[in-house]
Amino acid sequence: MQHSQKNVSSASPPMPRSPFQEASGDRRPTGSTPAIELRQVTKRFLTPRGQTYTALRDLSLSVAPGEFCALIGPTGCGKSTTLSLIAGLDSPSAGSVLVMGEEVHGNDPRIGYVFQTDAVFPWKNVLHNVAAGPLFRGVPRREALERARAWIARVGLAGFEDRYPHQLSGGMRKRVALAQTFINEPQILLMDEPFSALDVQTRTLMENELLQLWSALSASVVFVTHDLEEAIALADRVCVLTAGPATIKGIYTIDLPRPRNVAEIRFDPRFVQLYHDIWEDLRDEVMISYERAKHSS
Amino acid sequence: MSEPNTLLERQQSIAHPTAETDSAALAALVRRRRRRRWLINALRLLLLVALIGGWELGARLGLIDSFFWGRPSGIWQQLVTWVVHGTAQGPLWVQIAVTLEEALLGFLIGVVLGISFGVLLGRNAFLAELLGPYIKAANSIPRVTLAPLFAIGLGLGSQSKVALAVVLVFFIVFFNAFQGVREVDRNLLANARILGANRWQLFREVILPSALTWIIASLHTSFSFALVGAVVGEFVGSIEGIGLMIQNAGATFNANGVFAAMLILAAVALLSEIVITALERRLLRWRPSALSEVTL
Ligand SMILES: Nc1ncnc2c1ncn2[C@@H]1O[C@H](COP(=O)(O)OP(=O)(O)OP(=O)(O)O)[C@@H](O)[C@H]1O
Ligand SMILES: [Mg+2]
Repeated sequence: MQHSQKNVSSASPPMPRSPFQEASGDRRPTGSTPAIELRQVTKRFLTPRGQTYTALRDLSLSVAPGEFCALIGPTGCGKSTTLSLIAGLDSPSAGSVLVMGEEVHGNDPRIGYVFQTDAVFPWKNVLHNVAAGPLFRGVPRREALERARAWIARVGLAGFEDRYPHQLSGGMRKRVALAQTFINEPQILLMDEPFSALDVQTRTLMENELLQLWSALSASVVFVTHDLEEAIALADRVCVLTAGPATIKGIYTIDLPRPRNVAEIRFDPRFVQLYHDIWEDLRDEVMISYERAKHSS
Repeated sequence: MSEPNTLLERQQSIAHPTAETDSAALAALVRRRRRRRWLINALRLLLLVALIGGWELGARLGLIDSFFWGRPSGIWQQLVTWVVHGTAQGPLWVQIAVTLEEALLGFLIGVVLGISFGVLLGRNAFLAELLGPYIKAANSIPRVTLAPLFAIGLGLGSQSKVALAVVLVFFIVFFNAFQGVREVDRNLLANARILGANRWQLFREVILPSALTWIIASLHTSFSFALVGAVVGEFVGSIEGIGLMIQNAGATFNANGVFAAMLILAAVALLSEIVITALERRLLRWRPSALSEVTL
């Protein structure tokens, strides 16, 4: 621990705060270390042709303990890449990523990650998929299965315990993935478009459920979405990323009262106002991304 | 106002069949399926009868020279003779047991070695790159040509046959295990790691089940290759076994004997196929049935 802290201080001096971050200071306890901090992170990939592709450039972001932060940006801009850096699945090419004040290396048991693509184990049934986390972590089998049953019921899959993933619908598989992540009670929750495969009704239900779970766990959340309404309805802050290479374009504090009802808050005049403001920012980036896609094809 | 309502209702009742008509339709479907099954089985039988009957008839009419190509009744007589009076090398079941034992032993050793090396190289990119060219070179040699070498080195006993079967089986299983391990979904690996799996758990709960699809697919071909190894080994030099029976029949221009021995081998291979398919069903229960069910 000491080692990693020393590393950090020598690698990068304390960053001047950006005006955006200043503006959002109201909700976080001042002085405490952020749960997640990205300091001028750059991520380059080697393309198959041997060139480098910059996915993230000088991205700085910090998420306070217990904060719900939404990341939004055009497709292919680098949102999933950002999450995989926080999760320690990949390391930045430059800059540093800190979780609870320590530089990440390897896996942190405090992190939960709901992947964008299906990542439930096809050879495990629903029960064992959900129980996988506790079982990996050495929880006694009976207790793990009991907890798994409770979580399965909670995501509305009671009665499907012995089904295999290929026997479930896409939305049901997503709920298995959510239960699989939540059962570990992560302090840091990374979610990559978790609800995009769900129908509107289920989605609203799950969003409300997520807000409840979040306030119960008091986890810090980074929630990737390309749905601006969803981002505003759920988050404390919405970060708009630029079309790749991604960097922060703007950060908006969502000062809507909590507890929120996701279904109703969309009609709040303040919501409409925020939507309008953020969309101004987002639209430009989406257009850039769209133009690029058109040219390359 | 009530008029269009009832109309609508009536239309809906037409559009949505009641439970009764549903089950009737289902029963009709099941009946049609069953009839189709019957038809196919009957036609299959007919095809077999026509083929064997045609062969026999051709041989009797002199269209097919039964000295070179045998004939069904002769093959049957040969089988009966072997079962009743035994073969030139001893009882028939001993010959079957000898060949089966060689094949089975070669199969098991080859599978274990193949999986071990496949997984090792699949997980270790450095080793894979280092040994890659040599393995490819070894694989490109037609390996049955090793038979005389094994006969010289290991003698006329079962060891030389087992060795040949091992070599044949090893490469098939090795390449499949290697590929299976490499094809493991990166997302699943990442997910397992995030959920807290250590290296051993990652191997046992993600890599192995994922590679098993490939490995088990290779077992089907592997066992026939093990049988080939045992029989070819016996061709080259042995004192008993089905391979020797074929060899003897060929040397004495006994075409019926060659076919009869071939039938016995086919029966053995078919039996092993049934066992492997049962194993596959058990181990790959989690897969959609359309994929794991090989119906042919
Ligand atoms: N392993 C890799 N090798 C090369 N390029 C990569 C790799 N991973 C991601 N990229 C590139 O980095 C960019 C960002 O990818 P990322 O998956 O983070 O996008 P995203 O914002 O999550 O998009 P989406 O909203 O469509 O999920 C993309 O242009 C992608 O092609
Ligand atoms: Mg993504």
